[in-house]
Amino acid sequence: MRYLPLIWSNVWRRRIRTTFTLLSIFIAFLLFGIVMAVRSAFSLGIEVAGIDRLVLINKVTLIMPLPISYKQKIESTPGVEAVTHENWFNGAYQDDTNVLTTMAVDPQSFLNIYKEIKLDPAQVKQWLSDRQGIIVGKDIAARYGWKIGDRIPLRSSIYQPKDPWEFNISGIYDADTGFDKTQLFLRYDYLDENWTNPQKGLIGWYVVKISDPSRAAELGQTFDTMFANSGTETKTTTEKGFIEGFAKQVGDIGAITVAIASTVLFMFGLVAASTMVQSVRERTSELAVLKTLGFSDIKILVLVLLESLFITVVGGGFGLAVAWLFVQRGDPTGGYLPVWSLPRADVLAGIGLMILMGLIAGVLPAFGAMRLRITDALRRT
Amino acid sequence: MSWLRQTIAVLLLNLRTIPSRLGSSMVAIIGIAGVVIVFVSVLSISAGFSAAMSGAGSRERALILRQGSDTEMTSGLEGMETRILKDAPGIRHEGGTPLVSAELYVIVDLPKKTTGTTANVPMRGIEPAAVKVRDEASIVQGRMFQFGSNEIVVGLGANRQFQNLNVGDTLVTGQNRWQVVGVFETDGSVSETEIWCDVQTLQSVYRRVNSFSLMLAKLDSPNSLETLEAWTAKNPQVKVDVHRESEYYASRSRIMTGLVNGLGFGIATLMAIGAVFGAVLTMYTAVASRAREIATLRALGFNSLSVVVSVLAESIVLGGIGGVIGALGAYAAFDGFQTSTMNFQTFSQVAFAFRVTPTLFITGLIYALAIGLIGGLLPAVRAARLPISKALREL
Repeated sequence: MRYLPLIWSNVWRRRIRTTFTLLSIFIAFLLFGIVMAVRSAFSLGIEVAGIDRLVLINKVTLIMPLPISYKQKIESTPGVEAVTHENWFNGAYQDDTNVLTTMAVDPQSFLNIYKEIKLDPAQVKQWLSDRQGIIVGKDIAARYGWKIGDRIPLRSSIYQPKDPWEFNISGIYDADTGFDKTQLFLRYDYLDENWTNPQKGLIGWYVVKISDPSRAAELGQTFDTMFANSGTETKTTTEKGFIEGFAKQVGDIGAITVAIASTVLFMFGLVAASTMVQSVRERTSELAVLKTLGFSDIKILVLVLLESLFITVVGGGFGLAVAWLFVQRGDPTGGYLPVWSLPRADVLAGIGLMILMGLIAGVLPAFGAMRLRITDALRRT
Repeated sequence: MSWLRQTIAVLLLNLRTIPSRLGSSMVAIIGIAGVVIVFVSVLSISAGFSAAMSGAGSRERALILRQGSDTEMTSGLEGMETRILKDAPGIRHEGGTPLVSAELYVIVDLPKKTTGTTANVPMRGIEPAAVKVRDEASIVQGRMFQFGSNEIVVGLGANRQFQNLNVGDTLVTGQNRWQVVGVFETDGSVSETEIWCDVQTLQSVYRRVNSFSLMLAKLDSPNSLETLEAWTAKNPQVKVDVHRESEYYASRSRIMTGLVNGLGFGIATLMAIGAVFGAVLTMYTAVASRAREIATLRALGFNSLSVVVSVLAESIVLGGIGGVIGALGAYAAFDGFQTSTMNFQTFSQVAFAFRVTPTLFITGLIYALAIGLIGGLLPAVRAARLPISKALREL
């Protein structure tokens, strides 16, 4: 602790150089935070996907429906706790190309399975009693200024004949971080009753809550065999696997973001390292004097490393903090990245990287300083 | 013009001494190269994507969808409607028959080669006229499928990106089996991500007898679109929207390209600010290590303007070197890189190649030079202001 003033004055020895190095590291970790938030956005909330939930879709493709009659067969399978189903409604608001994430669900079983949705009990009651009721996410409600009781028109290019369909907002839900709060959920019974379709009772996909996550693969197999020779075959995956597969359809965003982050960190790490090298080189004679005064080699090593750590941790810490604040402000694209947050794991990784960067940048000059022979060093000037 | 001669003399001196300051110069060069690599490669994604999308659309074709439908997939037309529409004015005829194809557009789940996970691949049931409507389409391997069979031809992009789509393979979707008999190309456009088959076979397989998604028509001339539009608007038997194909595809790529461009510019701008700081450091070091040299020159009568210009020029040269390295690196690593992504606006896969276009290359270079210029400003002023006596005394 008593060496702090020494480190402090060393750090600020060349004010301009230190300031610009700090700024570089600041930018590096600001970028790191933002890029990691982008990566998490493109993984579509995989962190919160339930491992105890299975998704059953039509084997040919997600867009082909399944019969609602499967529900009973799934429910009566041992190991199944609850079953719900969803339909992609493709609701467009205001403009035909402004399609919102709108799903038709069975309210009771849906809320039962998705415990991460936080909805006031009075609003739940309202939704259950109003067939035209719809619940909407906090973020989307804020975007369009919707309030409970508002009537909203949605056009659907899939479900005819109503044009537009109209719904009453029964509730506005909040949810755990990482869960998409820009979705709308309407009631399936209302849709099925009013939809002109030759065949009633078609649903998009089933979500099944199972009691033992370790039996997920086995149960999935059971379902797929159960419906193997019926008219409509199914494909079952865990919800996590389903979302992961969906995210992979976009492409390997993970690899791209990691590549960008590595380039950035390498680039600015180099700046920090070169600053440290110069800073130690300039001080050769000073270090020799310290040694003459009785500073041990290890102490010199630690002093230089601490100086380098100071620069990366202070610069990087501010950068990551600003990135965090930026992410808290909400999705910068205005709705295209609904799951927008900086995962805790990435914050921790960032802190680890700052320390690592400080050590790497400082290690060569620190060893150089440690090995310095007093006589040589003093003679050099 | 003596100051010009002086400037050039000092600049040459600066540049010749760069090797002795290689370490700190490398920091600036690598930093700037990093910015340009990230900038050019991220933007080459959206350049490639929009080239694939907009290349698909022709001004001479009309896409007819159900009123209010935003995509081919969610659109639906009855057989009756399509027959009426085939007699509409504005559509080109060849040998007495209209050049128009009523099509069914669905997606099938197929495993991607790179990830092994399934993706939404578009499958399009077409009528015989379709190949005349899309005159850019040609078979590059195998042959065209026979109408009335379960044969299919696959686009070159689909063939490259997804498993089991080679000539001779059997594609299984649900309980149906399809024979791959050929591979087609359409000048690298989005249609190359598709699988084509006979519309009637697809209708029976999907239990959508006599129902279609869309119609694609070749127009008499680009201006005939209005004629066709006016006719459909007045005819109460059809409820459709008529889109010019080129405009349809351009608008379906807007969100994706907007998102990628936004991210690319955002990240590159932040990185550029960081690289400016890096360049400032490098140039300060350069000025500091040559303080005595600069002071000597000034004592000899070189004016301060020539010192300023020479420091700036050195910084810009470093920027230029970094920019060229970065742009060439991005070009070597990513130009033509084949990939596919999901277009959320159409919910279908789009295979495309990254494109490092000349515009991107030049924009990257301009970025690099600008970083060099801005980074050199402060150090240049400092060099000019250096008190001669003090600098000469410094050792």
